Amino acid sequence: MKLLQRLLPHPILTLLLTLTWLLLVNGFSLNSLVFGFGLGLVIPFFTQPFWPDRPRLVKPLKVIQYILLVLYDIVVANVVVAKIVVFKSNANRQPNWVTIPLDLRTPEAITTLAGTITMTPGTLTADVSAEGHALLVHCLDAPDPEAVRDDIKQRYERRLMEIFE
Amino acid sequence: MEQFFELLITAFLIMAGLFGLVGSFGLLKLNDAMSRLHAPTKATTLGVGGVLLASMANAYANGPYLSVHELMITLFLLLTAPITANFIAKVHIHQRESRNSLPTAGEDGAWATKNLPDTDEG
Repeated sequence: MKLLQRLLPHPILTLLLTLTWLLLVNGFSLNSLVFGFGLGLVIPFFTQPFWPDRPRLVKPLKVIQYILLVLYDIVVANVVVAKIVVFKSNANRQPNWVTIPLDLRTPEAITTLAGTITMTPGTLTADVSAEGHALLVHCLDAPDPEAVRDDIKQRYERRLMEIFE
Repeated sequence: MEQFFELLITAFLIMAGLFGLVGSFGLLKLNDAMSRLHAPTKATTLGVGGVLLASMANAYANGPYLSVHELMITLFLLLTAPITANFIAKVHIHQRESRNSLPTAGEDGAWATKNLPDTDEG
């Protein structure tokens, strides 16, 4: 068991690399499966030192749910932003900076949240605070910054909390 | 069936074209640097996504096999788009914003990009 853990330090990454290789080859064959799995074994083994405190995913099913939610939100975001760009005059638009205090502490989780915010409706992560306890977010059109903050905390941060911490 | 795929591919391409157009239009129309960042990061993801979906549908309907490279492009695009946007935003903060023009940074007191010694310009 110990030996297996040393040879396979990151089983999810192994799986992901194998899958990525198959997708890059653009077709399924035993050859590419074996080669992809080989890559999946070697790369995590040698990149191990780069991940000293990597977070353990507590609930993998929630990850899939989160990805689907974000994909859906990206589509909605595109329509919302397109509407603002085309139909709202610059004088009526209220661009705004919003501070989002963070409850998340894992760096990987904060990075995910920042990426999610950038991809979703009219918001864009610009900076993180000096000690990583808050995110600086720019809104394309936010008459009510508090609502944006609460929405992001409720919709994304709460879910990431469940996944990472 | 062929007709159905033709329609599907056309729909994806038209959608992609529209979003690409809106993204470029946003660059021209919006009046401050940070807002201009929004248009390309958002509108182009669906613009490019539409072309890729059309490409997949085309490969499935007319090609020899189902192509999945498009999924990889989508994935890498979704992973890298926030990073480019973040870098441009950081440059903007460096050059155009001061500590007073940004909101407070909560308990930490300063934003990472503006966390400079006091002798520097704030």
